[in-house]
Amino acid sequence: MNAVAVEGVWKFYGDYPALRDVQLQAEAGSSLALIGRNGAGKTTLLRAIAGFSSPGKGKILIMGKEPRDTDTRRLVGFIGHGISVYDELSAFENLALFGRLYGLPDPRAAAMHWLERTGLERVHDGLVREFSRGMRQRLAVARAFLHNPSVLLLDEPFTALDDRAIAVLQTLLRDARAEGKTIIMSTHQLREALELSSHVALLSRGQVAFHGPCTAEMIADPGLVYARYGEG
Amino acid sequence: MGFFHAALVIMMKDLRAELRTKEAINASFAFALVILLLFSFAFDPEADTTKALSGGLLWIVFAFAGTLVLNRSFARELPNDCLDALVAAPISGAALFLGKALANFVLVMAMELVSLPVFGIFYNVHWANQLGELLMVLALGTWALTVIGTIFSALTVNIRLREVMLPMLTYPILVPALMAAMQLTMQLVSGNAIGPETVTWLKMLIGFDVAYTAVSLFLVETVLVG
Amino acid sequence: MRDKILFVFGVVAMGILAWNVNAIARLPEETQQGVTFKIIFFHVPMWMCATMAATVALLASVGFLVTKNFKFDAAAVASTEVGLAFTTIGLVTGSIWGRQIWGIWWTWDARLTSALVCWILYAGYLMLRKAIEEPTQRATFAAVFSIFAFIDVPIVVFSIKWWRTQHPQPVFWSGGSFPPDWTHHLMWNMLAMLLLGIVMTAVRLRQEEAQREIDSLRRMAHAL
Repeated sequence: MNAVAVEGVWKFYGDYPALRDVQLQAEAGSSLALIGRNGAGKTTLLRAIAGFSSPGKGKILIMGKEPRDTDTRRLVGFIGHGISVYDELSAFENLALFGRLYGLPDPRAAAMHWLERTGLERVHDGLVREFSRGMRQRLAVARAFLHNPSVLLLDEPFTALDDRAIAVLQTLLRDARAEGKTIIMSTHQLREALELSSHVALLSRGQVAFHGPCTAEMIADPGLVYARYGEG
Repeated sequence: MGFFHAALVIMMKDLRAELRTKEAINASFAFALVILLLFSFAFDPEADTTKALSGGLLWIVFAFAGTLVLNRSFARELPNDCLDALVAAPISGAALFLGKALANFVLVMAMELVSLPVFGIFYNVHWANQLGELLMVLALGTWALTVIGTIFSALTVNIRLREVMLPMLTYPILVPALMAAMQLTMQLVSGNAIGPETVTWLKMLIGFDVAYTAVSLFLVETVLVG
Repeated sequence: MRDKILFVFGVVAMGILAWNVNAIARLPEETQQGVTFKIIFFHVPMWMCATMAATVALLASVGFLVTKNFKFDAAAVASTEVGLAFTTIGLVTGSIWGRQIWGIWWTWDARLTSALVCWILYAGYLMLRKAIEEPTQRATFAAVFSIFAFIDVPIVVFSIKWWRTQHPQPVFWSGGSFPPDWTHHLMWNMLAMLLLGIVMTAVRLRQEEAQREIDSLRRMAHAL
């Protein structure tokens, strides 16, 4: 079964199609790396899948349901360009807040659990605005994993992270894969991403230029997909 | 999670974040003080004239100072793309809107309740003769201000000149509600209860609140997701 | 084909206006208000057209939110702009009449005030559009605002019943002393204004669509 199915999706900015007839599937338990140049439509596509914007044409289904369906949103974890936590609240308050919004049975316990897993338990009552950049990023990761989502959508997750945050995220993503969760991530860090991925999709000017399994060849030479299917 | 529970969680979040920094509420109250001061130069602050002008004066103060709170409402979500996380959470856009509107209501009401005695002292007016009805009018007028201000705060959060656009869009829509609130407040501060002549204004104010609350709750999902 | 229809509409409107203005000029002066009264032949159609434009803008806005088709967005902005032009002329003609009859350019009676509020509201709509870059967001937010603004429009039309006012009672609704052959001329003027409004809206609509196409081509060029 497809965990995520993108069926003939178009997204317009005015008359300009940012996504053109995008067709993409991710099987449950698979991990898809979304690559492509800046402006190719990676972020637009991920945001449409996450339900932040509705596609102009076509359909997106997550576990067979619309992205804006309340039940669907419980299944999805998203990391975007911003950290999406509040500077004025403490790390614990932030996670407890989202735990409540996701209707977790024990938001406080879940918050503590994820603070431990991201190595932030010592500073749990520190305000986020006092955190270093790396700590903020780890908290962002904790927020996305908090409700135990079965589909993870990550928009260039490695880009702004420091070493420790990258290590934390990689461990969490490996665990997630082992637990059979579905991952879609857009990325420029090909090597990190391809190691974690079972599939690759190349977006070029809003269209899918290549979509297929990730091979040993690609991992050995991350530029290969671009060279073969890209715009050269 | 239930609709009202979700709204409550959002409201508490906004209030907690605001009370940590007190940015908006302090600015709002300080601004209210400044306008109250300036009005004392605009006319001779004697008890009789002041009572006749009180409705207009107070609601201009409230609307202007309230905008500072409303401007912050969705702007608060901007710095770390927090709005994304709220939109992604499994709560309806209407609950998110209601929570934010309620938080704004509490903050604007707080500013108003502090400003009122200050107004009474500065202008030597016994404003509390009809306290119960005055508080009701205050609440209804403030809800009109917050419901329109909150939805427009969402409309203007991403655009250039946000600070100017919000009042530009908010006040004209609010004219009927402000008119009603001004008339009622003037009567009540003067010590007259709401009678058959003024009750039309009260009905209009309630109608305004109900209509625009309904439309806002209905349209907010479109504003947030597009 | 569309061009020709618009052209015909425009010519017909001008023809009617030329003939009708001539006819109105020959009508006898009203007993109390004199020649100033004749401004009503322009003032009333302006407000009718403005109200109609606001309604079209509302329907187009709702249409956009439902279908996400940018044709509706273009229709909304076109009819709002034309409606705003009519509102401006309505305010100006009303003001001239007020100067002659009441002796003042402006009075803060309920209907005038609400009309001014509507004018500011729809001007705000255009300002909001100007401030938003991204076309889909611009169209969506503008449509939402248009719906909010339209809810204020019934307050304008019915405010005369809600508030005490010094504006003259509407001549046809209260069965005033408007002679039937005068009504006739008023109707012709209304038709002419309406045709004119349609022509202007259509021209503006087409310009808006061309603008959108240019924007998308520019984006396309940047993406290359």
